[in-house]
Amino acid sequence: MIDAVPATDLRPPAIELTGIDKKFGAVHANKNVNLSVSAGSIHGIVGENGAGKSTLMSILYGFYEADGGKIRVKGEVVRIRSSREAISHGIGMVHQHFMLVEPLSVLDNVMLGAEGGSLLSKGAQATRKLLAKLGQDYGLDVDPDAIVGDLGVGLQQRVEILKALVRGAEILILDEPTAVLTPSEATHLFNMLRVLKSQGKTVILITHKLREIMDVTDQVSVMRRGEMVAHFTTAETSTSALADAMVGRKVLLRVEKGESHPGEVLLEARNLVVDDDFGVTRVHDVSFSVHAGEIVGVAGVAGNGQSELLEALAGIRPIKSGGLLVNGVEIRTAERNPKAMRAHSVVHVPEDRHKMGLVMAFEADESAILGFQDDRTFGKGLLLEPKAMISDLAAKMEAYDIRPRAPRLKTANFSGGNQQKIVLAREIEHTPKVLLVGQPTRGVDIGAIEFIHKKLIALRDAGKAILLVSVELDEISALSDRIIVMCGGEITGERRPENTNPQDLGMLMAGVKEVAA
Amino acid sequence: MSAPVELPKWADVVVIPLLNITLAFVISGLVVLMIGEDPIGATKLMITGSLGSLNGLGYTLYYATSFMFTGLAVAVAFKAGLFNIGGEGQAYFAGLGAALVGLNLGFLPAFIVVPLAIAASLLFGALWALIPAYLQAKRGSHIVITTIMFNSLATALMSYLLVNVLRKTGSMDPSTQIFAASSFIPRMKDVLGYFGFAAPETPLNLSLFLALITAFLVWVLIWRTRLGYEIRTVGANPHAAVYGGVSPARITILTMLISGALCGGLAVNALLGEAHRVQLDYTAGFGFVGIAVALMGRAHPLGIVLASILFGMLYQGGAELAFDKPKITRDMIMVIQGLVVLFGGALEGLFRKPLADFLNRIGMSG
Amino acid sequence: MEWFDSVVFVLASGIRLGVPLLCACLAGLWSERSGVVDIGLEGKMLGSAFAAASAATYSGNAWVGMLAGVLVAVAMSLVHGFSAIDQRGNQIVSGTAINMAAVGLTALLGNAWFGQGGRTPALEGAARFSPIELPGVAIMDNVPFLGPIYHHLISGYESITYIAFLCVPLTWFVLYKTRFGLRLRAVGENPAAVDTAGISVRKLRYQAVLICGVLAGLSGTYLSVAQAAGFLPQMSAGKGFIALAALVFAKWRPWHALSTCLLFGFLDAVAIRLQGVSVPGIGQIPVQAVQSLPYLLTVVLLAGFIGSAIPPAASGIAYVKER
Repeated sequence: MIDAVPATDLRPPAIELTGIDKKFGAVHANKNVNLSVSAGSIHGIVGENGAGKSTLMSILYGFYEADGGKIRVKGEVVRIRSSREAISHGIGMVHQHFMLVEPLSVLDNVMLGAEGGSLLSKGAQATRKLLAKLGQDYGLDVDPDAIVGDLGVGLQQRVEILKALVRGAEILILDEPTAVLTPSEATHLFNMLRVLKSQGKTVILITHKLREIMDVTDQVSVMRRGEMVAHFTTAETSTSALADAMVGRKVLLRVEKGESHPGEVLLEARNLVVDDDFGVTRVHDVSFSVHAGEIVGVAGVAGNGQSELLEALAGIRPIKSGGLLVNGVEIRTAERNPKAMRAHSVVHVPEDRHKMGLVMAFEADESAILGFQDDRTFGKGLLLEPKAMISDLAAKMEAYDIRPRAPRLKTANFSGGNQQKIVLAREIEHTPKVLLVGQPTRGVDIGAIEFIHKKLIALRDAGKAILLVSVELDEISALSDRIIVMCGGEITGERRPENTNPQDLGMLMAGVKEVAA
Repeated sequence: MSAPVELPKWADVVVIPLLNITLAFVISGLVVLMIGEDPIGATKLMITGSLGSLNGLGYTLYYATSFMFTGLAVAVAFKAGLFNIGGEGQAYFAGLGAALVGLNLGFLPAFIVVPLAIAASLLFGALWALIPAYLQAKRGSHIVITTIMFNSLATALMSYLLVNVLRKTGSMDPSTQIFAASSFIPRMKDVLGYFGFAAPETPLNLSLFLALITAFLVWVLIWRTRLGYEIRTVGANPHAAVYGGVSPARITILTMLISGALCGGLAVNALLGEAHRVQLDYTAGFGFVGIAVALMGRAHPLGIVLASILFGMLYQGGAELAFDKPKITRDMIMVIQGLVVLFGGALEGLFRKPLADFLNRIGMSG
Repeated sequence: MEWFDSVVFVLASGIRLGVPLLCACLAGLWSERSGVVDIGLEGKMLGSAFAAASAATYSGNAWVGMLAGVLVAVAMSLVHGFSAIDQRGNQIVSGTAINMAAVGLTALLGNAWFGQGGRTPALEGAARFSPIELPGVAIMDNVPFLGPIYHHLISGYESITYIAFLCVPLTWFVLYKTRFGLRLRAVGENPAAVDTAGISVRKLRYQAVLICGVLAGLSGTYLSVAQAAGFLPQMSAGKGFIALAALVFAKWRPWHALSTCLLFGFLDAVAIRLQGVSVPGIGQIPVQAVQSLPYLLTVVLLAGFIGSAIPPAASGIAYVKER
């Protein structure tokens, strides 16, 4: 449902960004970005992870200052050096991870920073009135005395929005607001946004869900790899055009890949349901299988359940319900832990090598035995033999071209690509049957990427079953024999690489589910 | 103990502790000035008092032995990411273990009783750490608060036992009977005398060698065994530990048990080696010195041995100093100790960045 | 009526023993509610007790003593605060360091300045806080039951004691009814939320730590200038840790802190009273058993067996802006 094109607002653009540039060390997060948001409109900003959307909005909200470029609010050039200054210019932000104080009430949370005096009682009265009015005007009903921690996510988000409105926000930025909402909550949110717009507020909506863009925005800008690559008037575009702009026409990484000859099923997931640490279900009834000699790629924008799925398969995260079979053998609850999974010849290259895959403070040879420290290779009896560990890693360094050839160097001092190779070498050299691989080339240089990809293909050809989770569509397309796409914790579709293209995958990734034939 | 600023290893292990102790000394020196004494002269007296005579050296090494045990205890816990502040209580309770053997099994020959008494001390030390460890591992109760509580509980329990149950009959003094002679750990004087060397009478006893061996064993444990690998992984990165198939809960409990047992070493040195009975509050704050020693020694056994000797010098030198200059009492050492803990454990950042910048400038970064 | 008099006496004793706990507990409350863990309460109590007694001795005025006690505790708080807030150092370590340094400094300076083995000279007259008789005592004395209660339980405390009690409603009011209190409670739970609302996390935490210092100073002053007549070495005797236990037991709430500290004080008074007394059926209750109760209760609470003790969510974690 697309709104009728509103009468042109004659006010200057609510927000105008010109030439915004921001570097974090070697990472060029925003490259000369231009953006113009009309007053009284709902403007979408879309792009994959790492495209630079969050950085841009952080600059607008005062978390960072841009290295270059100008910000204009309502036509005036301004400097925004802190959240306070952003608020004073009428910019309000609803963060993806809520900035709420859970043990406090809704009223307390809304008043925080806008108490209206040193004694709370006066401000409380005024705020209550304001909340009631806002509740009426925008449909943002919340009980002011409810404790925020007891509220559901949808209501918590309402509190976040109210916080911004109470501070007089004219321009509201929402960062991936539906990531945590059910479809009906999302619908309600969009109705609220339309009401806000009708009252003259401006909304900037950051999302990767293309259908939402089509549903509720007037204008949409597309970011890719730090650059603003396209602007559309929503009424004049489509999800496929957006998907196209979002993923871009890139030269697919050429990987020499022969035909796959899949054998028996080595990994099977049946109706998996997995919750995150907060009890929110992140994987909804997912089933698939991976054969020997096959690479199954899991595509999707980060945050759609792939991480939780991978962790559950590796035994790190509990499986709420559903079954897991390795080589035809059912994995019982008692065996759903990393040690037992390794015993079943399932290895895991985690998505975040800093958090999980390696111990940055350890020497490389010590990181290189993580998960396999009980192996007889590394020492007899109770003792570990450093010589054995070092020579083992030295051999791996030769085989995987890990530089520098210094097994005793601290893990943190290796480059990203070499760190990843250490993880890979470790997991692969234990001749697994199944490999679970997450973001294998994140933060890795081109040369190492090529090496890693070749290695994975070689493993496939040797008859291993590989499950590859990646947000890089190129990687998925280049390596996979079969692609399954996840969005919102569900599998939205399955494809063969030769029968699909980035736009098609982009749509699936963006939640446009297949219509059952 | 993590170092966010990169420094070459030698700077980390030698320069930082040196800066630490120097600054602690400078500030203490100011305090000494404040009470009208000469800090340089005081320092000289401390050095001669601790190292300038065989007698002084004996006492210095005796204290150092105690500090090695408690310092190793704190360090082992640190490696698992735990702050064991309960050393006082664990060492105090360990004394009960030593007493039970020393008072009841004295009829057995020494070569059985001494190891038994040592084992009992270590066991009781570990036991006193068990409940806080379990509560942290399984119920998430903060180990710092529980171990502080257990320190006070140990004081209450041991006080009750020493006054009411174990008290030497006919004495008003709340301490146990003297242990059976078969439980005594030989004095260094006697051992040296056996080999024909004359040495002055000091409390220094063979526990020193036990402590040094223990330091070596701790090194082996932490850096050469699989358990040590698991301990370090939990301490460095609990997520990676889980990924690697290690149970943080299991490691928490095991590590604290080891830590408590190491605190039992204080009972070995001070009770089996010197006092031969349990006296009220015999631990005399040495559990807390262990914290200072561990921080200064960067939680490494070699560093701890050296830091223990340094603190042994402080304690013995301080005693001599107090003798010569009554105004500078032994409490001065507590002040230095507090400053060492502050600079070594909390205000590390004050040193690290300027040192790193300085080294960068003169081109000596690692 | 002897038992009644005994009860009143023990209750009054309990209140007196609970006051220093209460001040220290409130001090810890302010600090921890803002997210700064403070196990250095013991050291602050000791240090301020010494400073107060010394200043009272030199000036002959108890209020000057109080001022000195508060200043010293505030200074120690600032060191702890600097270490925890600006340097992001380990808060347990800096608290421990303060305890150690306080033990050493008070003994050293006490001995150097006063020479009596670390004690300060006995405080007399205006140099000590003396009990105040509230108006109407003489009249009330004639009333049975209520008379002694008024005389001993309500009247008869030092001015500093009444100030200490006032701190409870004051803390409650500021913490729950003012803007400052709201922000402080928020910063201990979710500093990022406070930061994004445009409020300085650092400033709030320093303010909390300062208040902690003032209250801790009050506690130490009470020990040496009101309860006792001068400083005795190690006179805080672990009360700082009992106050910590009380804080956990009170779940970081002001009125609960009051009842908990009075309870602990009462237990202490009972322990003293029951020393040597045979209780029918049990015999002599060891004084150490009663002394252990506060610690045992805290451990049981921490283990989650009698409700849960959930500290402020950001407690002990240095705030680093997420980038």
